[in-house]
Amino acid sequence: MNLRRDVFQAIADPTRRSILLMLMTQSMTAGAIASNFDTARPTVSKHLQILTECELVRQKQQGREMYYHFNPDKMKEIADFIEPFRKMWDEKFNKLEAVMKNYKSK
Amino acid sequence: MEQKTKLHAEDGKQELTITREFDLPVDLLFKAYSEAELVEQWMGTKVLKLESKKHGSYQFETSQEGNVVFRANGVIHEFIINQKITRTFEMENTTFPVQLEYLEFEKLTETTSKLTMQLVFKSTEFRNQLLKMPFAQGINWAHNRLQEIISSLT
Repeated sequence: MNLRRDVFQAIADPTRRSILLMLMTQSMTAGAIASNFDTARPTVSKHLQILTECELVRQKQQGREMYYHFNPDKMKEIADFIEPFRKMWDEKFNKLEAVMKNYKSK
Repeated sequence: MEQKTKLHAEDGKQELTITREFDLPVDLLFKAYSEAELVEQWMGTKVLKLESKKHGSYQFETSQEGNVVFRANGVIHEFIINQKITRTFEMENTTFPVQLEYLEFEKLTETTSKLTMQLVFKSTEFRNQLLKMPFAQGINWAHNRLQEIISSLT
């Protein structure tokens, strides 16, 4: 795995986000994906390469065509990154609420 | 079930927003942020200094088994009772640059309120780095991070 590629970097780009949104509903070939963008085909290929390297999408040969699939497990990883941070604040705020309820009743 | 504490971190933006609705009147929520004694109780940290006023400053310190494991400080730029606090936040002895925090306190009903914390970082990379830190042990990560830095130096 290329360590330079992290998922956050991958989803930081609007074109790559659009590609992911398209692939969430159906698997597509590179050509079909590229036809949705005004940008040059090699640019779309580069985006697909980055998405593949960080495992947000997977390539699969189907007959003569190479199809791109969305990988929901990797997407979940992004949510998991954020979850511990959210949880930390959630716990702190629960404590705040408890402390202040106790303060009020004093 | 809808989560009480929500976190919003938009891709490619160097900020993140945390919102939370409290089962508390707004003045009590605000007090929890402006009185040292109360901050200590819910943050689980020692408050060395907290001057709750415009141009005031603050410093927090967390110790474990007699050792200081975390220290943070900042300056308060805006302090409007029951409405908002704007302050900087700096973790001492870490590689994280100072961040800017906009805290907005909102009255929802007589007994409920909402807090919106907007944190602004020096770069998207620093924001992501902070998000990716292992936060499971709460604030202790700062200690681990420090140890990492120290052991990478030796």
